[in-house]
Amino acid sequence: MMAIGLGHYLTVAALLFTLGIFGIFLNRRNVIVILMSIELMLLAVNINLVAFSSFLGDLTGQIFALLVLTVAAGEASIGLAILVVYFRNRGSIEVEDISRMRG
Amino acid sequence: MTYPLPDLVPAIPEILLSCGAMALLMLGAFRSKDSTDSIYSLCVLLLVAVGVVVLVIPGGQTTFGGAFVFDEFSRFMKILTLGASALAIIMSRGFFRLEKFSRFEYPILVVLATVGMMMMISAGSLMSLYMGLELQSLALYVVAAIQRDSGRATEAGLKYFVLGALASGMLLYGMSLIYGFTGSMDFNEIADAASLSENKIGLVFGLVFLLAGLAFKVSAVPFHMWTPDVYEGAPTPVTAFFAAAPKIAAMSIFVRTMVTAFPTIAQEWQQIVVFIAIASMVLGAFAAIGQRNIKRLMAYSSIGHMGFALVGLAAGSQAGVRGVIIYLAIYLAMTVGTFACILSMRRGNRMVEDIDELAGLGKNNPMLAFLLAMLMFSLAGIPPLAGFFGKFYVFLAAIEAELYALAIIGVLASVVGAFYYLRVIKIIYFDEPVERFEPMLGELRVIVGVAALFVILFIIYPGPLITAAETAASSLF
Repeated sequence: MMAIGLGHYLTVAALLFTLGIFGIFLNRRNVIVILMSIELMLLAVNINLVAFSSFLGDLTGQIFALLVLTVAAGEASIGLAILVVYFRNRGSIEVEDISRMRG
Repeated sequence: MTYPLPDLVPAIPEILLSCGAMALLMLGAFRSKDSTDSIYSLCVLLLVAVGVVVLVIPGGQTTFGGAFVFDEFSRFMKILTLGASALAIIMSRGFFRLEKFSRFEYPILVVLATVGMMMMISAGSLMSLYMGLELQSLALYVVAAIQRDSGRATEAGLKYFVLGALASGMLLYGMSLIYGFTGSMDFNEIADAASLSENKIGLVFGLVFLLAGLAFKVSAVPFHMWTPDVYEGAPTPVTAFFAAAPKIAAMSIFVRTMVTAFPTIAQEWQQIVVFIAIASMVLGAFAAIGQRNIKRLMAYSSIGHMGFALVGLAAGSQAGVRGVIIYLAIYLAMTVGTFACILSMRRGNRMVEDIDELAGLGKNNPMLAFLLAMLMFSLAGIPPLAGFFGKFYVFLAAIEAELYALAIIGVLASVVGAFYYLRVIKIIYFDEPVERFEPMLGELRVIVGVAALFVILFIIYPGPLITAAETAASSLF
């Protein structure tokens, strides 16, 4: 039977983090997907923090993970609020449309 | 099990500021609409009062288990940040009144962002750094989109939010790796662990992510994409705020993190900072040449200026940090003064933002034209104005650290950059006059005057600023 070590957790977190980044850059559809990708990145960080915390036997990482969760909630709500006012002005949340200013 | 209450004295400014902001929010929410004016004044008063508190409490203390540091460096940077925020609120009042946009939330959000910046400046561990940074960013996202019926402002807010959240994510991933490979969040313990560990790959990997996040916050080059769009899209007083206070706060935490947490792997981060500095200076100089909109011009200008400030950090020495501090103080005066001029570019009851609209200002309003020209000369770094000395101290530190290539490229970039500042002056004095601007508001006059006087007279009496910067820099080493 294979033992699951720190490396496995870090790999999963790295994969999720990369998925999140690609979700932001390769996404040509709409902004909600970008918000989901951001959440994915933050959750990947949480896996990292908790895994390190558990393997180091140090609680700081888990406390940080809780703080990150709280901040992520605030960030998501502010992001959605900005998205709503944006939609009221433009009537669209397609990524391609967010380019009135270019430079 | 009992825990002693941490010493709260070093954190009094932050506590006062956050309680004050919440009290003002209540005042605004429960009073009728006419309280907007008084809330603007009360916010400025609150910032000034907290500035006085920052001046009097004793320095050299740490609290919350090392997570919060109040030293001379924090003191100096906090004063700059508080001043920049207070000026931004003062400058915005007239603009929003003329635009018939009355929201008491704006100054309160600025105050909350300032709390975040001050926590960031004082951060002594990765955790407090992240909390301060997020408190600042979350307030700034809202401030960018505050004019919510304007398509451009909300687009700016959305862009800033998406890219800012991406940068926070990278910063956080870097922090998690640094924590994992050193076993601590505290800057001093990270420094100790880094000097002991044999294999530094994981740590350096984390450091790169951390640098990416910080570079975004100071809008240094590979992560500058948001700056021109946000500067152009956001209402002008908001842009004036973005250009000053958050830059100063982010640059000071950049300096503190590198100098106190990673002195033992200075080789690694210096390479990256040198690259970021060169890229920012060069891009700031060349990309600004083609700009027609003065706010976009200022965006590229600020990217370039952050590159110059990073030159001092790249030196990694005490003289370098002193250079960064002096540079930021002078940058603050120049930017605030220039934005006060931009805010007075009004014609027919609306803002004009094209550089060509400045044509003939030399004939229509010789006083403003002269002051703006002085600010532009100073931004270009022409002696004997203050901007020259800012650049002088950072380049001096770079040469002492034997970073000759960096210093030479920096000087060349500043020569190229001088072109577009001089073009503004040429338009002011030598182009055919167009219509006059509307009369300037009183507070803007005072701000432009004081900023330009500082820039012109700095050469006569530079002592206090240099000494203060020296004390601040020495507290980090």
